[in-house]
Amino acid sequence: MKRYLWTIGFGVALFGLTCLLPSFQNYQLATVAAYLCATAGLTVLTGQCGQLSLGHGALMATGAYTVALMQSAFENLPLSLVAGVLVTVLAGAVIGVAAARLRGPYLAGVTLAVAVVVPGIATMFHDVLGGDQGLTFYLAPPPFGYDFPFERWQAWIALTAALLTMLLLGNLAASRYGRAFRAVRDDEIAAQLSGIHVARTQVLAFVVSAAGAGLGGGVLAVLALSVSPGAFSLTLSLFLVMAIVVGGLGSLAGAVWGAFLLVALPDLTARVTEVVPLSPALAQRLEGNLPLAVFGITLVVVMLAAPGGIQGLISSALTAKRGR
Amino acid sequence: MDRIVFLTVDGLSRGAVYAAMALALVLIWRGARIVNFAQGAMAVAAAYAGHSVTAATGSFWLGFLAALAAGLALGWLVERLVMRHVGHDRPLNAVIVALGLVLLITAVLGIVYGNEFRPAPPAFDRTAGFAGLSPYDIFVFLSVAVTVGALAVLFTRTKAGLRLRASAFAPEVSRLLGVNVGGMLLLGWVLAAGVGALAGMLIIPTEFGLHPNAMDRSFVVAFTAAVVGGLDSPLGAVIGGLAVGLVLSFVGGYLGDQVTPLAIIVLLLAVLLIRPDGLFAARAARRI
Amino acid sequence: MTAPLLEIQTITAGYGAAPVLHEITLSVPPRTIVAVLGANGAGKTTLLRTVSGLLRPTSGAVRLAEEDLARVPVEHRVRRGMAHVPEGRGVVAELTVDENLRLGGLFRTDRRDARRALAEVYTLFEPLARRRGHAGHQLSGGERQMLAIGRALVGRPRLLLLDEPSLGLAPRVTAQLMGLLARLRDDTGLAVLLVEQNVRSALSVADRGVVMSLGRVVREADAALLRDDDALRHAYLGF
Ligand SMILES: Nc1ncnc2c1ncn2[C@@H]1O[C@H](COP(=O)(O)OP(=O)(O)OP(=O)(O)O)[C@@H](O)[C@H]1O
Ligand SMILES: [Mg+2]
Repeated sequence: MKRYLWTIGFGVALFGLTCLLPSFQNYQLATVAAYLCATAGLTVLTGQCGQLSLGHGALMATGAYTVALMQSAFENLPLSLVAGVLVTVLAGAVIGVAAARLRGPYLAGVTLAVAVVVPGIATMFHDVLGGDQGLTFYLAPPPFGYDFPFERWQAWIALTAALLTMLLLGNLAASRYGRAFRAVRDDEIAAQLSGIHVARTQVLAFVVSAAGAGLGGGVLAVLALSVSPGAFSLTLSLFLVMAIVVGGLGSLAGAVWGAFLLVALPDLTARVTEVVPLSPALAQRLEGNLPLAVFGITLVVVMLAAPGGIQGLISSALTAKRGR
Repeated sequence: MDRIVFLTVDGLSRGAVYAAMALALVLIWRGARIVNFAQGAMAVAAAYAGHSVTAATGSFWLGFLAALAAGLALGWLVERLVMRHVGHDRPLNAVIVALGLVLLITAVLGIVYGNEFRPAPPAFDRTAGFAGLSPYDIFVFLSVAVTVGALAVLFTRTKAGLRLRASAFAPEVSRLLGVNVGGMLLLGWVLAAGVGALAGMLIIPTEFGLHPNAMDRSFVVAFTAAVVGGLDSPLGAVIGGLAVGLVLSFVGGYLGDQVTPLAIIVLLLAVLLIRPDGLFAARAARRI
Repeated sequence: MTAPLLEIQTITAGYGAAPVLHEITLSVPPRTIVAVLGANGAGKTTLLRTVSGLLRPTSGAVRLAEEDLARVPVEHRVRRGMAHVPEGRGVVAELTVDENLRLGGLFRTDRRDARRALAEVYTLFEPLARRRGHAGHQLSGGERQMLAIGRALVGRPRLLLLDEPSLGLAPRVTAQLMGLLARLRDDTGLAVLLVEQNVRSALSVADRGVVMSLGRVVREADAALLRDDDALRHAYLGF
């Protein structure tokens, strides 16, 4: 019950916030929300159930392309998003069934293969998926009239998706399924002995997290009003992993931190490079790559120095304070 | 007929490179129980270093040697600065750290060299001659054969090899017997990174050219090859590399190049689901 | 009395927060076999691991021939003449018998003598010579034990740390092993710290015995005295 109240409270606050923010910030907020759907899903899989997936960028692509195709065909947003989630869940189930039989580096390798290979499918089915150019589509204007800012409308869509995801995943984590996830992560054999069907649990985690990725990808498509393979490269998959690790593996709050960082860090590096006078060529190279470098270093440093991530640091700070 | 010969030679030639990369993966896996997901990125970095040296000196071969040296140095750095300090409480830790390195290395290369493809001309002519072999194919086969042979001699015939194997199989006992296990781990990383750099130098000229992500696809193929052979088996890595090279060559030749990416996934999944230990894994030994 | 070769001085050590060993003090003179006895979990293995450096003591000192070993890493201790045959799986299963034995002499600079030591081990342990090329995992339990001990001897140690060498050996083979230890002691001046569950055979060759219980030394005496101390046997050794 408390969780519903929190969600509603957060929702009201955030929707209020969108009325105060200028368009660009609303767009950024919407992007954070879109990423949050995916990072929250990945948190369930990796943090709670202990399976690493490097293929969630590809799952996001599945959701995004489905939404793009559905929008072009029916122009019904809720229907498109639901279809995006369903198709991704299907893809996730297929990978999940295989994944449930794989461990550690093997699972990482297979999902890496998915992440590397899937963007090429857009070229393979060039006629339907538009090849390297990708697809663009149309989104009906907000039902509140034409002077309602479009970015605010997008932010509302994205926030609704994210809040819904967080609520459902929060409930899941607290349920017996959540306990089964963590039991499997901590000790598969012990989990099996206590009557948990390990493979089934792992497939479930994969499916749930695929749903999050599909929704996130779909919303991301709705924000850009287009999809292209370049947006869902291996790098995106690695970003998602970075986000949940840095945020703090295993806690949904960590997923929020991660999603926030995914938007904030590139923005920050862009500002820094704007201040420093650079040749246009170098500035261009820095623009795309500096955030990558920062993410990479962050990931390595966090793993070496604070494997609990941001949320881990916060929790230990809180307990230390309470202990005093 | 010509086509079959061509596809076979091309498959084996690529396969030889995959074999070298798979071997590098196996080297580190045996020593450290880590799959080095950064190996492709490290190889690209080494290739860029070679590219710079070639541009500065005008000598291809100086650049080639520089790339190998850069590979060795990078292996040293990565082990000493990063991998050595990774916690072992979860097997995922090392994978995640390697992925962080992938991001970092790719980004630094993008900043220094830009994200455009740079031409990477092959050292020798690639047009097929006698028996479908091009001079470049012969160069590839010789390089890989010499490397594999040298590693085999090192591991089975020398004291360093005995130390390397012992510390991989039984680190604690090896320390009790006076083996510097940390040093052996470092040596394994350095050797593997060197082999990886060689593989990069061999395969990049046969593809689109030099690019920060140039090895992404090859890495996945090499991982598949290593899994086919069994991550614990050096011989398996070599056979796995050749086999995967052949399969992909024929799939590409008869079903079209666009299909090869899917073929990689199918192959990888098939092997993992049917024979998770690889086709050549030395069984039993570990299990007592 | 000769100066001790190994001196363990009030060491406290363990794996986590709670120590397993509490202020243990004990010494091994050259040309002496000291048997360490005690029930399961008494801390015998932990003691040997602390001596060979696999485990760092939280306090106290380990000295070999009057040198403090605190700053000597594990892999250098063998060069100072200390050989530790660990409990159970000392043999590298993937390497052949010959490779295992050579491994034991790799650290030595006197290569000629290392080869001679290798040959001696082969004459000492006949079955090993017949299985030179077999992998470690193909050996029987007894052969493995011989291999592990033989490998330690290739290094020509001054001090041998043995952790339950009789485990899984037939009584006759155990007796032979104990005989060998006594011979090495008498012929080469080897000092042995011998951890054993098999109290009778350990005390049959040992010069002194140490009884451990719950991480402490509860009794230290000449082996002959311990052999005849019924009260002690009942209290700590359970027979
Ligand atoms: N790796 C470890 N981590 C934590 N505790 C340990 C570890 N190894 C041993 N212990 C604990 O230390 C205590 C002493 O163990 P140790 O192995 O030294 O006993 P032991 O005398 O050799 O017993 P045994 O005769 O069964 O071999 C035991 O209570 C054991 O639970
Ligand atoms: Mg013991």
